[in-house]
Amino acid sequence: MASHDSHTGRLPGLFASPDTSSFTEFLGAYSPQLLPGGRTPPVSRVGDEIPHGTTIVAVSFPGGVVMAGDRRATAGNVIAQRDIEKVFRADEFSAIAIAGTAGIGIEMVRLFQVELEHYEKREGRTLSVEGKANRLATMVRQNLAMAMQGLAVVPLFAGYDEERDGGRIFSYDPAGGRYEERDFHSIGSGSVFARGALKKLYRADLSAEDAALVCVQALYDAADDDSATGGPDLARRIFPVVAAVTSEGYRRLGEDEVGALAQAVVDGRYDSPGGPTAPLR
Amino acid sequence: MPFYVSPEQQMKDKADYARKGIARGRSVVVLQYDDGILFVADNPSRALHKISEIYDRIAFAAVGKYNEFENLRLGGVRYADINGYQYDRRDVTARGLANVYAQSLGTIFTETNKPYEVELVVAEVGEDAETDQIYRLTFDGSVADEHGYVAMGGQADAVAQSLKDGYREGSSLEEALRTAVRALEAQDSERHLEATSLEVAVLDRNREHRLFRRLSAARIADLLAAAGESGGPGGSPGGGDARPVSGAGEE
Repeated sequence: MASHDSHTGRLPGLFASPDTSSFTEFLGAYSPQLLPGGRTPPVSRVGDEIPHGTTIVAVSFPGGVVMAGDRRATAGNVIAQRDIEKVFRADEFSAIAIAGTAGIGIEMVRLFQVELEHYEKREGRTLSVEGKANRLATMVRQNLAMAMQGLAVVPLFAGYDEERDGGRIFSYDPAGGRYEERDFHSIGSGSVFARGALKKLYRADLSAEDAALVCVQALYDAADDDSATGGPDLARRIFPVVAAVTSEGYRRLGEDEVGALAQAVVDGRYDSPGGPTAPLR
Repeated sequence: MPFYVSPEQQMKDKADYARKGIARGRSVVVLQYDDGILFVADNPSRALHKISEIYDRIAFAAVGKYNEFENLRLGGVRYADINGYQYDRRDVTARGLANVYAQSLGTIFTETNKPYEVELVVAEVGEDAETDQIYRLTFDGSVADEHGYVAMGGQADAVAQSLKDGYREGSSLEEALRTAVRALEAQDSERHLEATSLEVAVLDRNREHRLFRRLSAARIADLLAAAGESGGPGGSPGGGDARPVSGAGEE
C-alpha cells in the first residue's frame, strides 16, 4: 500500500486516480498485477493437471431462483477436492457459480463480489441485474487469452429482479458472450446430463423448495454419467451447495436442509435408479 | 513584491480558515450504545449523506465541505476494498483507515494553500463496547482516539456539553438516539429536530457480514416515540428495552 502513496507529497493515489466506481478499473490503474486480466498467459497450453470445477445448475421459480453446484474438483482422472464450493453469494440479491479452472474462477468470483459492493458503497445504489450481468461478461472476456491456453472459466449468474419479482439466469461463453436463459440452465462437464434432467423435471409453478429438489435431482443425474461430477456423499455428509435468491435476499440452504433433500433423492433412486419418470403423453 | 510570512502565522491562518468553514455547517454526533455505535446527523437530505458505510464493521461520518469529505469517503472505500481484496476482510481496520486519512489531511494542510474544511469520524464496531474504536480526525491531520461520544461541526462545544450531561454507557438505541437528538438541538435554542430532518445510521454488532445500516424516517420516529414514553435518557433505565432492537431487514 505505502509504496504507492509515499513521497508524492500530494494526495495518495487512492483519492486522485481515475474517477470510477468500478473496482476492477481502479485496480487496473493502481495495482494492475492484482488483476487476472493483466497477466501473461502461459506460452504453451496447460493440460488438465490444474483442478477444474464441474457442474452447476440453476432453476427459476415464481419469486426467485435457485442455484446449486456439486462439490467435486478434478485434475485429470484424480479427484483434486471432494468438498470444493463453487456457488457463491455475489451480493444481497444475486448468486454466482463457476465451472472450469477452479483457481481462476474463484479469483474471478472474489473480484466480482468486491466490484458489486464497491459500486454500491460509492454510488449509494446497487447495479441493475443487467448491469451486474454485463460487468461479469467483461471480466470473463478479460480471461480470453488464458482460456485459449486451457485455463477457461465460465460463470453462471442468477439474480432476483425486483421489477419482475422473479429470478433471472445468465450464462456466458469464454469470449465474454452473455446469454439470458429461460427457466433453467446448467454449465460444466456434467451439464448435458443435468440439462436433460432439468428439462423433464422443470415446471413453471415450482415452489422454492421444489426448485431446490429439482437442482439436487439434476446434479445426481450429472454425477451418474459424468465422472468429473460428484454425487451426494452420504458417508461424509458432503452435499451440493444450494442457494436461493428471492425478495428476501440471498440464502444458502443449511446442511440439514440439503442433507434431507439429498437423502430423499438417493432413497428414491433405490426404487428407480433413473430418477422420477416424466409422463409419456 | 515578495514578502515574508512566518510559518507560525501561515499555519494559524490556515487553521482559522478551516475552523470557520467547519463551524458554518450543522453538527454530527457519534455515540456508543449497547449494541454498537450510533451516528446522527442534522441533515435533511436523503441523497447527500454525511454518514456512510466504509466496510463490514467500519463507518464514516463527516462535517464541513461536501465535495472535500466526499472525496475522502470515496478514497476510504477504495482503501478498504483493496485491502480486503488483497488480504482478508478481517484485515481492514479503522486504525489503518484513520492513518491514511491523517496522512492525507496532514499533507493537504501543510502543502497546499487551502486546507480541507472537514472533520471526520472513523468508527469500527467490535465484539463488545470495550473493543469499539472511534477515531476523530481534524483538518490538519490530527487523530484523537475517542470513547463514548463525539460531537463535531457547528456549535460543537454546546453539542458536546449536552452529550456529556446526557450520555450514559450501555444505553439502549432509543435512549442513545434521544440523547443525540437533544444534543443536536442544543446547537440553537430554537432548534427542534423531526425524524425527517435527521440522518441516522448504526453499526449494529448483532447483524451479520455488513453491520452498517441506515434507519428510515419511520423507524427514527418510532424510536424517538419509544424513548419519549420511557421518559427519555433520564427515565427508568429498563424502559427503553421493552422493545427489542432487532430491526433486521429494516431499511
